[in-house]
Parts: sequence; structure tokens; C-alpha cells
Amino acid sequence: MKRRSVMKYAAVAAALSMGLTACGGGSGSSDAKESGIVRVTLANHVWTEGIKAAIPEFEKSSGLKVELTQLGEDQLSDQYNVKLNAGSDEIDVMMYRPLQEGKAFAKNGYLADLTSKVSSDSGWDWKDYQEGPVKATTADGKVVGVPIITEREVLYYRKDLLKAAGLEVPKTMEELEAAAKAIKEANADTAGFVARTGKSAAVTQFSSFLYSFGGDFTDSSGKSTVNSDAAKEAYAYYGGLIRNYGPANVSTDMSWPEAMAIFTQGKAAFYTEADSLYKNATDPAKSKVAETVGFAALPAGPAGSKPYNIPSWGLAVNEASGNQDNGWKFIQWATSKERTLAAQKAGVPGPRASVWADSAGTSTYPKDLAEAIAASAKNGVGHDRPEVVTVGKAREIVGEPIVASITGADASAAADSAHVAFQKFLDSEKK
Amino acid sequence: MTPPRSAARNAGRAPGAREKFSDWANRHRKWLFAAPAMAFVGVLIIFPLAWTLYLSLTDSQGSVRAATEFIGLENYLTVLSDVERFWPAVGRTLTFTGIALVCEVALGMGIALLLWRPFRGEKWVRVAILLPLVATPVAVGMMWRLIFDPNIGFANQLLAAVGIPAQPWLSGQDTALGTTIFMDVWQWTPMVVLILLAGLTSLSEEPDEAARMDGANAFQRFFFITLPLMMPTVIVAILLRGIDALKTFDILYATKGKGGGSFHEVETLNVYAYGLSFDYNQYGLSSAVLILFFMIIIGSMWLLTMRKKAVSK
Repeated sequence: MKRRSVMKYAAVAAALSMGLTACGGGSGSSDAKESGIVRVTLANHVWTEGIKAAIPEFEKSSGLKVELTQLGEDQLSDQYNVKLNAGSDEIDVMMYRPLQEGKAFAKNGYLADLTSKVSSDSGWDWKDYQEGPVKATTADGKVVGVPIITEREVLYYRKDLLKAAGLEVPKTMEELEAAAKAIKEANADTAGFVARTGKSAAVTQFSSFLYSFGGDFTDSSGKSTVNSDAAKEAYAYYGGLIRNYGPANVSTDMSWPEAMAIFTQGKAAFYTEADSLYKNATDPAKSKVAETVGFAALPAGPAGSKPYNIPSWGLAVNEASGNQDNGWKFIQWATSKERTLAAQKAGVPGPRASVWADSAGTSTYPKDLAEAIAASAKNGVGHDRPEVVTVGKAREIVGEPIVASITGADASAAADSAHVAFQKFLDSEKK
Repeated sequence: MTPPRSAARNAGRAPGAREKFSDWANRHRKWLFAAPAMAFVGVLIIFPLAWTLYLSLTDSQGSVRAATEFIGLENYLTVLSDVERFWPAVGRTLTFTGIALVCEVALGMGIALLLWRPFRGEKWVRVAILLPLVATPVAVGMMWRLIFDPNIGFANQLLAAVGIPAQPWLSGQDTALGTTIFMDVWQWTPMVVLILLAGLTSLSEEPDEAARMDGANAFQRFFFITLPLMMPTVIVAILLRGIDALKTFDILYATKGKGGGSFHEVETLNVYAYGLSFDYNQYGLSSAVLILFFMIIIGSMWLLTMRKKAVSK
């Protein structure tokens, strides 16, 4: 009896554990050898919404099936960190941030070389892509991604408040400061100016101020310049605007959703932010001030108006994927001239020169925004954060003086210590 | 179903493979039954721990598949001499856990005592008290973040209505940690109530009645009768809640993001290790932090278990 019972229980245990294994294996389809399924991972973005709606079209014409995963920015980044790190082939096509993760991914060999693929189809036309975005998705002479969304920093402002104060749209940083001051003083519960304040989040938007004051994060030899006179002035100016004319209880945690919320709730007169987010301000469902929002190019500093002009997102193929050709087919379709035009009309500024040249490409944009974009594209700078491998850490270092300046601490001393830390960081990356 | 084989039928012939296995299984049955559990522990607990320990001794960064060098205890030296991020994070982790635990146990005991004796509508009150427990911590974080928004949040509007100036709550360098502790207390006190209530209802009524007969007041009865009897349960509650509070992550990340805010004001060890891995891709360093963190947890739990043994005796 004893012997039989042992056998019986052992069999049940084995069956159970096998059942569990079978469940585990069934959920993830690891059969990736050029399968008819393309697994695409995308970020939550207006661009994604448009592409998602058009996917049946692609499935019909290509005979492939698209399996879509959609995630928030941070979750997306974490997923890549885990999956690509493990060499997983579960992702074929991925939406990534060339300036944030591009260098690290390319260095780690996560991105497939697309050089021959982009040049093989003249109808799709790689030459049509703007130079800055192409540079950002190229690593060591190899094309590793196709840009899909471009961004420039522009000035969002409230037409009604400016009119009431009898002010013109500011053209220079000095005028911006004076206008912010005037409006804040005239309206008790309205801030003159709002922008991102979080140490890391603010860096990208601060960059345009830095360039317009004549500075940059590094010089041409790759040495830190965050304590140059120009940089110190820029830190003092950006932080000062927020400290003196910003919202009453300003926090040092704001990224774009928080800053945008203050602007769209009608609690600020000026706001500097990426143009690709403009729909949040002009959509009556999301914005209380939709009717009165105006756009202008970034006001000029001592070195002129020099906003960033960057590709914020691109598509790439996972090097570990066994389904690379089909992955490329998806990218080719998603970034075609027609799709880029459709996306741009829906409010996503694209990277294709021909679409910008086409009047249909800007037909849906507010006129002043289209003008601001055109002006920004001309004198724009190709990066909005330090161009390094570990961007996250670099942003925290160069963002320190921004926060110091906002809180009224000694921004100049903060810039000096950030310089030391940043140079140390740059040296460590060279090793 | 095969009929049972008698010993007589088998006598005189060599045992088959089946019998051999059966014999073997019988001899090793204590191991055989434990095997699935051991495999589970091995795959899900020991392997990750061993891997983390290994990573902590290497200079792994960028990609875990990239070539790494064995650097011995260098990461530990780096971490232990880091007074800018690591030690403040240790301090915050202990502060967060300590204050949250004290508040939760004190409040939890109070509520449990109120709910101890049956009353009308008891069922509804219990359901209401348990509500925070069923919400996802990330959602709780997001909800409180909206309520505590310095400009458009409900909390400051409420204060304004009674004439109190706006408070920085989560955005203040000095107030952020306190606000997150409040959120933790709000969410987890119900769990402590649940545990303590279970303990209270299982107490024998006699000592309490005897004390009452002797003229002890409620205060005396609680401190000299109920509390000592409840001590083992209280320590279980502290143990369970303590482990959880030490490794709190979701509430902090959902409210202050990477790095625990611009001044690292709510950066605990967990948030710090997360940033090292996912933001800086410094896996060696992050593993060293996690191993040290693990040791802190094991150490504090060991102390508590010792205390529980002493109390139970």
C-alpha cells in the first residue's frame, strides 16, 4: 500500500509540474524564425494611435500579422532593459528614443544594422530624411534606426493675457522675462512663466536656453562646459524665470504632464515645451485655454534663437530577432511617405523633408506653430541632452544647477560642482 | 487498474524496472515530495540571489551580457563609502519603515480595539476599513499625487477653504518623505487591523473578566492584560508589515519618479538600486546595494524573531 501511494503521488506531482511548464511555454511564442507574426513594441504616443488604427491595412497588404505591445515611456525603457539585456527574441520592431537610449543600445549590440535595407528601396527614399534625425539614428557609420517623430522647442503663450497687458509676443529672452513679470504682477493667481522643473526632466527643455545663451553641455573635444559663463547665465535665467514668475507653489518634480497641466488650466502665460505636444494645449477636451493659445519660435538669447531640433523617437529592429526581414517590412510601411504625411496631419511632426515641403503636411497645424517650426528647423541644434551612453546619469548631473537655480540656491556654485562631476562622468565613459 | 501483486507471485523472480523505481522512490520519499518545493526555491530564490551576489563582485554595466571583470569587493567599498546617495538612502529606508510601523501598529491597535466587540453595522465598517488595502500601490501613489499637487491639488484647496496657506506636501524637500509615510500608513493600517483583530478575537476572555472583577479600569486592563497577551501577534504584525515597508517601492516611484525626486528626498535603498540598474545600467554596483539591503532586512527580521521567541516564552 505504502509503495503504491508514493507512486501515485509522484505521478500527480509530475503531471502537475509538467502542466505548469506547458502553461509557461504556451504563453510566450518563442518560435521566431521568420514567422508570419511581427511583434512590435510601441510607446504611448499620438504617433502610435495613428499607426494602430492603420495596422489592418498593413496586415492585408503584407499577409503578416502584427502583435502590438504598447507601454508608457518609462515602462517601455524598463522592458527593453530587461528583454534586450537577456537577448530575448520576443521583440521584432521597437520604438526607441535615439538620443536617450540610442548610443547605449548600439554599443550593446541590441539594434540590427539596417544600412543595406534603407538604401535598397528608392521609392521609400532614405535620402528624403532630414540630416539631424538621420545622424541621431546612425551609430558608427551604420544605420540602426529610422526616425519617426521630430521635435523642436517652441514658446506656447496666452494670446488673451498678452492682449490684456498690451504686450507683443516676446522675440528675445529679455522681452520674455519682462512680459512674464508684467503678467504675473497684473494677475494674482496666474504665473508669468512655467516649464519643466524636475532635475532630469528639465534638461531637454533647458538645452535650448543653454544654446541660445551661447553654451552647450560639452565642447567639440568632448570636455564638459556646463560651468562656462554662457551656461551659468542660462542656468540663472531659466531658474530665475520659474522662481520669480513661476507658479506660486512650484515643485521641483515637474515633467511635461505637470507643467502642461498648469498651462492648460489657464494658470500660466508662457510655457516653453516641445512642439510635438501642441495638441494637448489646443484640444478643447484637454485644455481650458484651447481657443487662446498662440505659438512662437523660442525667443532669442545673446547667441540668437537656438532651439533643439531632434528626432525624439525612432523605430529599430531587435538584433536578436529571427524575424528581421518582416520587421523591416513593418518599418518600411510605417515610415512610408504616405504614412508620415498622415501622421503629420494628425499632429506628429515628422522627419521627412518632402512632407514638410508639401503644403498638405502643415495644413492641419495652427499657422503660427507651422511658422515657429519652420524657423526652429533652420537654426536648430541636433541634440537636447548630453550625447553620451548613460544619458540618465548625465541628465541628473547637468540638471542639478537647474534645480539649484529654481530654488534660489547658488546656481553658479552648483554649475561649478556639476562641471567637476560631469567631467568625471565623461572620463569614466571613455574608459 | 492492475490487480495488486502479491509477494507470493513475485517470489523467485528478479524485480522489474517498475518495482526498482518504486523501491527507490519509497526509500527516498521524503526527498521526492520535497523536490518540487526545493526546485521552486532554487529557481526563484536561490538562483537570483546567487546571480546578484556574483554580479556584485563584477564590474558589470551597460549590458549584463557584456564582458565583465571580477573585481572582488570593490563595488562594496564604493557603495559603503558613498555618503551622497547610499547612506542617506539607508537613513531614509529606516526612517520610512520605523515611522510607518509605529503609526500603523498604534493606529491598527486602536481600530482593532474599537472593532473588537460586536456592534451594529460592524460588517460595513470592516469593509470600509479594508478598502485601501485592495487598491494597487501604484494607483494609490498616483491618486495621492493628484490630491497633493501643490497648485491644483485637492489638499491645498481644502486648506485654503479653512484659511491655511498652501503646503508643499510631496514637492517640499523636507515634507516629501513625511507625505509618502502618510500614504503608506493610509494604505497598510487596515492590514495591521486585520492581524490584530484576529489576535484579539482569539484571546481568552477570562483574564480580562478577572481583572474587571478586581476593579481594574480599562486602561489598566489594556496595558497589563490585553497588550502582554497580544505581544506575539503584535510582533507578527510588525514582522510582516516591516518587511513590506522596508522594500516599499511603488508608492515612492509613482509619486516622485526616478531618483526619488530632484533632491533624492524620498530615495530609499530600493529606489536607489532601481535607478542604478534601470537608469544608469550599473548592474555591479546596483547588485552590491541589493545584497547589502538584503543583509539589512535579514538582520532586522532576525532581531524581531528573537524578540518574538522571548515574548512567547
